[in-house]
Amino acid sequence: MPTLRRRKHRAQNTDFTKALIGLQSRARSAKWGGTEHEGQNPMSIDKDTARRVAHLARIEVAVSDLETLAGELSNILGFMEQLNEVDVEGVTPMTSVTPMDLPRRKDVVTDGGYPEKILSNAPDAREGFFAVPKVVE
Amino acid sequence: MSDLSKLTIADARDKMRTGELKSTEITNACIDAIDGADALNAYAHKTFDIARDQASAADARIAKGDAPDMCGIPLGIKDLFCTKGVPTQAASNILRDFKPEYESSITTGLWDQGAVMLGKLNMDEFAMGSSNETSTYGPVVSPWRKAGSNMDLTPGGSSGGSAAAVSGDLCLAATGTDTGGSIRQPAAFTGIVGVKPTYGRCSRWGIVAFASSLDQAGPMTKTVRDSAIMLEAMCGHDAKDSTSADLAVPNFEAALTGDIRGKKIGLPKEYRLDGMPDEIETLWSQGAEMLRDAGAEIVDISLPHTKYALPAYYVIAPAEASSNLARYDGVRYGHRAKLQSGDGITEMYERTRAEGFGPEVQRRVMIGAYVLSAGFYDAYYRRAQRVRTLIKQDFEKVFAEGVDAILTPATPSAAFGLGEMVDVDPIKMFLNDVFTVTVNLAGLPGVSVPAGIDKDGLPLGLQLIGRPWEEADMLNSAYTLERAVGFVSKPEKWW
Repeated sequence: MPTLRRRKHRAQNTDFTKALIGLQSRARSAKWGGTEHEGQNPMSIDKDTARRVAHLARIEVAVSDLETLAGELSNILGFMEQLNEVDVEGVTPMTSVTPMDLPRRKDVVTDGGYPEKILSNAPDAREGFFAVPKVVE
Repeated sequence: MSDLSKLTIADARDKMRTGELKSTEITNACIDAIDGADALNAYAHKTFDIARDQASAADARIAKGDAPDMCGIPLGIKDLFCTKGVPTQAASNILRDFKPEYESSITTGLWDQGAVMLGKLNMDEFAMGSSNETSTYGPVVSPWRKAGSNMDLTPGGSSGGSAAAVSGDLCLAATGTDTGGSIRQPAAFTGIVGVKPTYGRCSRWGIVAFASSLDQAGPMTKTVRDSAIMLEAMCGHDAKDSTSADLAVPNFEAALTGDIRGKKIGLPKEYRLDGMPDEIETLWSQGAEMLRDAGAEIVDISLPHTKYALPAYYVIAPAEASSNLARYDGVRYGHRAKLQSGDGITEMYERTRAEGFGPEVQRRVMIGAYVLSAGFYDAYYRRAQRVRTLIKQDFEKVFAEGVDAILTPATPSAAFGLGEMVDVDPIKMFLNDVFTVTVNLAGLPGVSVPAGIDKDGLPLGLQLIGRPWEEADMLNSAYTLERAVGFVSKPEKWW
């Protein structure tokens, strides 16, 4: 059964680490704005949410590992919470880092015709198809 | 063992052209060096037969007299680049036994120019990590050690195999990729030069995708001149990558004049972190002083949104990764979990990905799925994309004020020990990228240059950030800094 490695949170003694830990705790104490999930703090992920996220990502997680996973995800989301300090009113979200239009080409077939190459790395290929477990009853 | 694997690209090129050396000799020296360096775990797949064939072909081409600069130069290739018929795993268990039927655009270009492939280099799994410890091949060990210590150190990550191979003279140069600092941080940790070009300079086609709006390939070399030569060979428009820039590629080597008189170099005050080691602070001021002595004008600048770069990155990169890595489903290539009777396709997907992805990749894919999920998309992802706009605008503002390049430390510390971070909060590992990640978010070029040695004898790097598309100018500043520093330290061979 796959397991997520358990991580202990152990403080290090370098100055830099102290600064980093300060950064994280500041992030955790910051206030979270309103979301669509009433009464639920989105940065604190519980076991049920962890299970849901794992399913969204299509990754099997053992029930006994959900608690650890929830803690890890909460910790990372807490770090992201600093973004709420930024005034983003009227700021356009970035969609392209360089100012360019996506190029267009004629809508014609330019490649293909080698199914054996396409299938050469498949875990299960039969009669020119990818084979998977039954998906319809 | 000969010393030929220690050559720079420039010296090897010149000596092959005069007939003093052959590519086969240099290639064999690299092969010997690699075979003697298994303790470093830098090469995940060795391709010596290919290398010998390419070297012979290169020698024939050089003898004819019109060979390109990279002809006959033995390289290591990061495992993220698809190489036809050669294992390409992105250091992940989920791509075990994957042999692409095609070649990445960048490596295609390098082989067309006569370069020689020694093998595939170890890295963090899917380029997610800063210490090379997330690799399915096991960690790379840095050729560097602290003075008087036998502790294994990280070469950095994610291009840790590339950094170890170049600094340990297991190749003349290597390819790397950089999504948040994955070329520049390992370069700094191992005393070599690493370049992340402007987004769009190098084709991403055939490179296993991590975060597509941030990923860029670049060279990792022993000198700035070598980076200039190799970068030029890697750049150029590619119709197969819709974000590839259709711009002329300058002669980067010709731009290395060492004359930076009148250039304006900015020092961003936000990069002066509380708790940063004094050595880094000193290194930074000394670097600025050297550029001033060379005739540059040093100015203080402000990039006010810097502190939000890491949290924005750790929303955007996992979001893109969760989308890019959705393709690993056990259907078309790579690992598929063994199923029990009654298991359907959902169990197949979920078990395949649980078995195939390591813990760091799983965490990031799940974070990405979460920040993109209904109800949280605006709060996390959209907000991070807006913050990204602000970070880019910070840079645009200082460039509009006439700043030509920005000087910063490359990393907040020297290399740390393997295993030292294992029990630490993953967020602490993220902080390795604190000085490099802004460059990816803004799509800018950046270069890490070896600039000094810390109290333990480990290399430290400085980063220069250039204006978009002005790699030539940035590399000339880097070249000037390199000459002023006169960095000559090499790791003492212990392996």
